[in-house]
Amino acid sequence: MSETSPVTDAIKQLPWPEQYQALADTAKAPVLAAFYQAGCVPAETPISRVPLVALDFETTGLDVDAHSIVSIGLVPFTLDGIQLGQAKHWVVRPRLPLHQESVTFHGITHADIHEAPDLSDILEDVFASLNGRIPVVHFRYIERPFLNTALKARLDEGIRFPVIDTMAIEAHLHPDRKPSFLQRLMGKRPVSIRLPDSRRRYGLPHYASHNALIDSIATAELLQAQIHHHFSPDTPIGDLWL
Amino acid sequence: MQAELIDIRNHLVQHPPFKDMPEELVNQLTASIEIVYVRAGTQVLEIGQPSTEMYYIRSGAAEIYRRSGELYNRVGEGEIFGQFGLLMQRPVRFPAKALEDSLLYRVPAETFHYLFEQDENFADFVEIEDRSRLRSALSRREKSNALMTSRVTRLISRKTVSAPTTVRLQEAARIMTDNGVSALLLMEGEGDNARLKGIITDRDLRTRAVIDALPSETPVREIMTEDLTTIRASSYIFEAMLSMLHNNVHHLPVMDGHEVRGVVALSDIVKYESQSSLYLVSNIYHQQHVHGLKKISYDVRDSFVRMVNEDANSHMIGSAMAGIGRSFTHRLLELGEEKLGPPPVPYCFMALGSMARDEQLVVTDQDNAMILDDSFVPEEHDEYFLALAKFVSDGLAECGYTYCTGDIMATNPKWRQPLRVWRDYFTDWIENPKAEALLNSSIFFDLDGIYGRTDFAEELKTLVAEKASHSQHFLTLMARNALNRTPPLGFFRTFVLEEDGKHKKTFNLKRRGTAPLSDLIRVHALASGSRAQNSFERLKSIAKTSLIVEDDLDNLRDALEFISIVRIRHQALSLQAGQEPDNNVRPQDLSPFERSHLKDAFQVVSNAQKFLRFRYYNQAARYV
Repeated sequence: MSETSPVTDAIKQLPWPEQYQALADTAKAPVLAAFYQAGCVPAETPISRVPLVALDFETTGLDVDAHSIVSIGLVPFTLDGIQLGQAKHWVVRPRLPLHQESVTFHGITHADIHEAPDLSDILEDVFASLNGRIPVVHFRYIERPFLNTALKARLDEGIRFPVIDTMAIEAHLHPDRKPSFLQRLMGKRPVSIRLPDSRRRYGLPHYASHNALIDSIATAELLQAQIHHHFSPDTPIGDLWL
Repeated sequence: MQAELIDIRNHLVQHPPFKDMPEELVNQLTASIEIVYVRAGTQVLEIGQPSTEMYYIRSGAAEIYRRSGELYNRVGEGEIFGQFGLLMQRPVRFPAKALEDSLLYRVPAETFHYLFEQDENFADFVEIEDRSRLRSALSRREKSNALMTSRVTRLISRKTVSAPTTVRLQEAARIMTDNGVSALLLMEGEGDNARLKGIITDRDLRTRAVIDALPSETPVREIMTEDLTTIRASSYIFEAMLSMLHNNVHHLPVMDGHEVRGVVALSDIVKYESQSSLYLVSNIYHQQHVHGLKKISYDVRDSFVRMVNEDANSHMIGSAMAGIGRSFTHRLLELGEEKLGPPPVPYCFMALGSMARDEQLVVTDQDNAMILDDSFVPEEHDEYFLALAKFVSDGLAECGYTYCTGDIMATNPKWRQPLRVWRDYFTDWIENPKAEALLNSSIFFDLDGIYGRTDFAEELKTLVAEKASHSQHFLTLMARNALNRTPPLGFFRTFVLEEDGKHKKTFNLKRRGTAPLSDLIRVHALASGSRAQNSFERLKSIAKTSLIVEDDLDNLRDALEFISIVRIRHQALSLQAGQEPDNNVRPQDLSPFERSHLKDAFQVVSNAQKFLRFRYYNQAARYV
């Protein structure tokens, strides 16, 4: 038997709470076993009763196989409040070279990176904030796949969890984002579902800086606004996670 | 505090009392914050709940109330609330409600007390601020209503976007899109000689260009609106609001002589006052069904109460309520036309009575009529107009505008006639007046076109203005009717109360106050050849003649304003107490101040009636 038994399709088919139970039994790394043991709320739980954590990564690029994580920001929250006292931010050393263009974007320099720990050194701290919470991200093709790949490289096993994607919610609310020629003539402009543009539609303030932490806070605020405008505190989490 | 929370910290330190707070304390404060997003209307602090946190408004606004429900203060971005209970260590005394969608920072009691101990500046601020707010609440009347004290130029935030009238449709649409504006001003001439000639809006592009499939190279002047409604740069915001309500336009060019200073859009005012009646009006135009309109009609009363609480004057409230009524009617006609198809001949839908006078309140019935084009053939066309009239009348009834008991509605065939018949009606009323007939038709002398060929209604106004002042007999009979209802004032300035019935021991502020006043003002206005419909506007027209001396006009205006506002407040109080508003007031429910001034106001009405009797009745008796 190999070190890592790949997660079977049978397990992947299970509803999230049962899947977490099954994965808790098969996970080898203690941080992952603890993560799954902390459990997942049932799909019918009202969103107002779900512990959430907004999560944002800055990466060296968009390709999960060619790029890696540079920084992690997270903030635990619920529909009723975002606890800044528990907000966390880490810069980590990417295993792949830092591209010049992403350096200017994140404002993270080679010197910062040089002194930064490897992700494996801070995993326990990161999971302390993730355990028992449903992650919330804006654009779900970054945090989940990058964390999965990073963990595979370090622990020899990946991770599975549901996410709420505030961008997917905006995409759902604006199915006709790209106006036709005639609509453009009539002054209709395309609807952007990027984080700052989505926030503007709810009257949420503009944040001048860009880092993983403020973006995770921005995402948490956006989800609160989305729920209050388009859903309700009683909306089951199963309607929202992906 | 995490260094990455700098954005949150930076907002705090822009506002007192955090501006001068030591860095370390601000960092501790930031780390203790809990952020919450609330929608407009959310009760953030309930009276009597334990005081556990102070709130800081990151974006949005909130209203703070007294225990009585009276508005105490309004706070916006960078301001705090909830500190009073924490300070006193008592349950919440001033409940708070989000006025807009807001992002709030909660500061826990523990942090509040820590800051209070550590930072004297903060301690002073939360203590002193509270006293100065109490004081400012007392002088609220002067400054509370920003709509009435701010100039319209304050709303101009961008450079004017304009183009020559020769520009093609596609180019116009591109300019509007590139500049992110919903209206484009169209100019003729160059430099200092450039003159505003017209305007096109998003809506014009949709309804005129796209629906009619005009070629994109059509010059824009072919679809522009030339009959422009503009506003002077020195006007107040509420005047812009009234103009939009009255003329049903969403963009007002702001003029300084011939120079365009900018454009004010409906959305600018709505932003300024998120709960304003304009917001309600724009909502009305978004409804696709009668049931949607009915749902909104419940907000009309909230809008009314809000204006009263904000110390709006009776002219503003009356105009706003009439504007809302017009908008309901307007939208119902659009929906009716969608359902029944386009009208077979042109027509004008006309408001009568209080709506036409811009003096509507919350309890009101519908008074309306239709002027049809002279090409109208009853056998061919009347089925359509009856169906349309019925659709609108039923829709208005759904929205709370009850059917007119006197059957003065467009559903009545008598009041659904071609223009030439209307001309005959008015000519007959004025030239061959009969007391009885005039009693029932005086309501037609407050008229205003609100939809379709409003020029038909204007033609009738002209006819009335020209003929009425020359018919002494007509004026005499109108004057006699205006004397039928007297103010409730006895000898020695006592109130005369109803003796029996449901309203025993009350007096009726409409029947014995505002109605006789507007009746007598109408007579003078007709005698002056005025085209104005609103009583305050009529008083201005009368002032241009020598019919009444200036002092008496001022008295009439003050009396009308005072009786109206007491009536309005009485209705607002009933609404807030969950009762059906009416016009019947018990003297003991009035403050000594109101009682005394109301008696003065009724005395003005009484004197004005005596003058009217002398002028028309006695004189006419000699002539006849």
